[in-house]
Amino acid sequence: MNSVVRYINDIYKGVISLWAGMRVTGKYFISPGEIVTEQYPENRATLKMEERFKGEVIMPHDENNQHKCTGCGICEVNCPNGSIEIITKKVPNEEGKMVRAIDKHIYHLSMCTFCELCIKTCPFNAITWGQDFEHAVFDRTRLTKVLNKPGSSLKKKEVKS
Amino acid sequence: MSEETIKKIILKEDEDYIINMGPQHPSTHGVLRLEVCLNGERVKYMIPHIGYIHRGMEKMAEFNTYKQVIHLTDRMDYLSAHINNEAVCLAVENALEVEVPERVKYIRAILDELSRIASHNLWWSAFGMDLGALTTFFYGMRDREKVLAIFEESFGSRLLHSFNTPGGLMHDVHPNFRKHTMEFVKYFRKKLPDYKNLLTDNVIFHNRTKGIGVMDKETAINYGVTGPSGRGSGFSCDIRKVAPYGIYEKVVFREILYREGDSFARYKVRMDEMEESLNILEQLVSDMPEEGGFTAKMKPVIKLPEGEYFQRVEAARGEFAVFIVSKGEKYPYRIKFRSPNFSNLFVLSKLAVGGIIADLVATCGSLDLVIPDIDR
Amino acid sequence: MLLLDIYSFSTLTSSIDESLNNVMVPWLATLTEFVLVGIVFLLFYALLGLFLVYLERKVCAVIQNRIGPNRVGKWGMFQTIADLIKLLMKELITIKNADKFLFNLAPFIVIIASFMAIAALPFAKGLQAIDLNIGIFYIIAVSSLGVVGILIAGWSSNSKYSLIGAMRSGAQIISYELSVGLSVLAIVIFSGSMQISTIVESQADGWWIFKGHLPALFAFVLYLITATAEINRGPFDLAEAESELTAGFHTEYSGIKFAFFFLAEYMNMFIVAAIATTLFLGGWMPFHIGGWEGFNQIMDYIPSIIWFFGKTFVVIYIIMWFKWTFPRLRIDQLLNLEWKYLLPLNLINTVIISFVVLLGLYFK
Repeated sequence: MNSVVRYINDIYKGVISLWAGMRVTGKYFISPGEIVTEQYPENRATLKMEERFKGEVIMPHDENNQHKCTGCGICEVNCPNGSIEIITKKVPNEEGKMVRAIDKHIYHLSMCTFCELCIKTCPFNAITWGQDFEHAVFDRTRLTKVLNKPGSSLKKKEVKS
Repeated sequence: MSEETIKKIILKEDEDYIINMGPQHPSTHGVLRLEVCLNGERVKYMIPHIGYIHRGMEKMAEFNTYKQVIHLTDRMDYLSAHINNEAVCLAVENALEVEVPERVKYIRAILDELSRIASHNLWWSAFGMDLGALTTFFYGMRDREKVLAIFEESFGSRLLHSFNTPGGLMHDVHPNFRKHTMEFVKYFRKKLPDYKNLLTDNVIFHNRTKGIGVMDKETAINYGVTGPSGRGSGFSCDIRKVAPYGIYEKVVFREILYREGDSFARYKVRMDEMEESLNILEQLVSDMPEEGGFTAKMKPVIKLPEGEYFQRVEAARGEFAVFIVSKGEKYPYRIKFRSPNFSNLFVLSKLAVGGIIADLVATCGSLDLVIPDIDR
Repeated sequence: MLLLDIYSFSTLTSSIDESLNNVMVPWLATLTEFVLVGIVFLLFYALLGLFLVYLERKVCAVIQNRIGPNRVGKWGMFQTIADLIKLLMKELITIKNADKFLFNLAPFIVIIASFMAIAALPFAKGLQAIDLNIGIFYIIAVSSLGVVGILIAGWSSNSKYSLIGAMRSGAQIISYELSVGLSVLAIVIFSGSMQISTIVESQADGWWIFKGHLPALFAFVLYLITATAEINRGPFDLAEAESELTAGFHTEYSGIKFAFFFLAEYMNMFIVAAIATTLFLGGWMPFHIGGWEGFNQIMDYIPSIIWFFGKTFVVIYIIMWFKWTFPRLRIDQLLNLEWKYLLPLNLINTVIISFVVLLGLYFK
């Protein structure tokens, strides 16, 4: 007799637990609530990344095509996987002396691990994070970018008052 | 394994029905290969083959400065990346005898617990899917999305945020961090009953997990199974309690222990840990100081004094430990990572024997393996 | 009942029959009718299969808090057609050392088995291809042929996963066949006939699930569970248990041969739901409540084909709801469930129903 009671009890408990699960899915079927799916790429126009989003390393240029990079190479040293290469050149300054300046700031996006060490250690805040995340290209070489724009020059230091 | 079985494995008898689960298989969650010998559907023996995603991280670390090592640890157990970072940071800080600001300790602990919830949540989703309940995957992912949104807001990345650095944090958390964390705690508490009804109380789920893959306490200790998997066997191994680090000494929380040692016990440990993490989060977020900076003063180039340094933390899957040998240079002489999944995996070949192939999947799922952490 | 006749398809079918007989010799007319019915069913089968795949994807998306297919056409309506085109263009891979003849034969057996079963289904008043006097017996017999195809597929693939999947499927379907038969027997006892048209007619004044009250409701629930198992759908989808056996018996199939298995699975779901509708929910009969003449007349205005498909899709939704909620059973638990729970309950229920019918305890 005891086993019969247990048998029926098993069935009863099983059915109750299954019904509880079906209630959950049924609830979401009737009222799905918030849907977190992103409708990419349709929402490209409205898609706004967080301000701290790590898309890629960029070098901001101002309206005079000037940047802050002096070509000191600290970012290159700090990069753990060699995704930054600094090529410098000698240019004459106002006094006619030849000084070191940045020729090419090469950034290999394909090797970057987004650890933020280059940006963190840059003494002049010359590089920062860009928000662009659509990095898919057909050729690997296109992931190697030159961060300073052609013809750009070093921004003069503002005189602190 | 007895000598006889080993002999059988080497000789590979002709009538053995061997199937290879993996390297591409839905339930191994990565490039893990399980060589399973079947008798009918019953598992005679099971050999895990690892190394498909070996990247030589310990060797790589020898050519990286201590700050650069951090980003490697992200890529080991990517689901508890923040906790792995913290282990290296704590080791370096202890070696240099740097005292990090109180606020940093709070933020680190909050992020630890958020990572733990995100990690357990993903495991819950995937475990349900291993057992055939496909809906759990999407419910878990939906709720995990909220944690990742908090991460993204503060660190700019969702999974591999190299946010820790020796001496503190990379930069301060977002001003909305505290508010959003509290919102998440409230939101997640509301969703937990769904989890309970959908899977925890389900009779089919009970049948699939209760008494499956039973691991006694002795086996857990012998194999070095830590984390929720070990605690499901009654092995008290929560580093937050055993060897508290950071702010955990001040936090009131319970170490979840179950003694059954089966898949269901491991499941329950993780479910309870999620709730416990919510409690910890509530305490920490309300106590977190607003002022105090986000980093201690550190030299630009970190050189550890000559010696050996060891630090262990409680990652989402168990004990994660770092052992650094320094020769006084800016690079570590040798770094050894003790990753939890490596130890957790090998007990599977003991638990799987005698069960049927569906039990193997359930046991493997309940151990919560992350393959890059095994191979490193 | 007069109103019902406007929607009757028998006028249409008999007029076609007459016009064909007028222009042809009788045997040619019959042959033409066969071909016509075949073409209609082929079209119906393909379109309904595609629609069911789409429906399943949408239903599970809503259940899982997602949006589901929404790229091809409005609300992604043509998604499955795009999928079909993709599958048609894919290469048909044959595994080395596979038994080529059986490997190619298996998908056809599976699809033909489900195709044959449609023939006896009553879609609306007067719309039934063949009204056998043992119709229900025929459907059950024919629909269980599919397992032969699954076994052949598993065996001939020369893949270990496929073989395990096929063997599981064999054990499963052979066991659950008993319970399906017994729960169907409940209605056969109630209505006293195996002819499908008679069963439907017997529900003109009330569906069996209401008339037969508790025992019929019980039989309905048992039928739903066992039928879900019979068509290899979750939570009983052990034959393809994706997290254990990657894809089970159809692991090695690609392209249109895979699509055949896929289509057959969905059509089996429809057939099972249609049988449930016919037996328990009154087939194409409208919903009537005794004494409410006005209400009953309004119900009569709804065409019988809408009644049939409406009810069938409700049953299909319930089957989908199962699948997207529960974890998968294990093979031994699956057989335990059948032999220790479902079969005894079914037997007891059959005995109870016999007494209910003998003593006339059901609503007439």
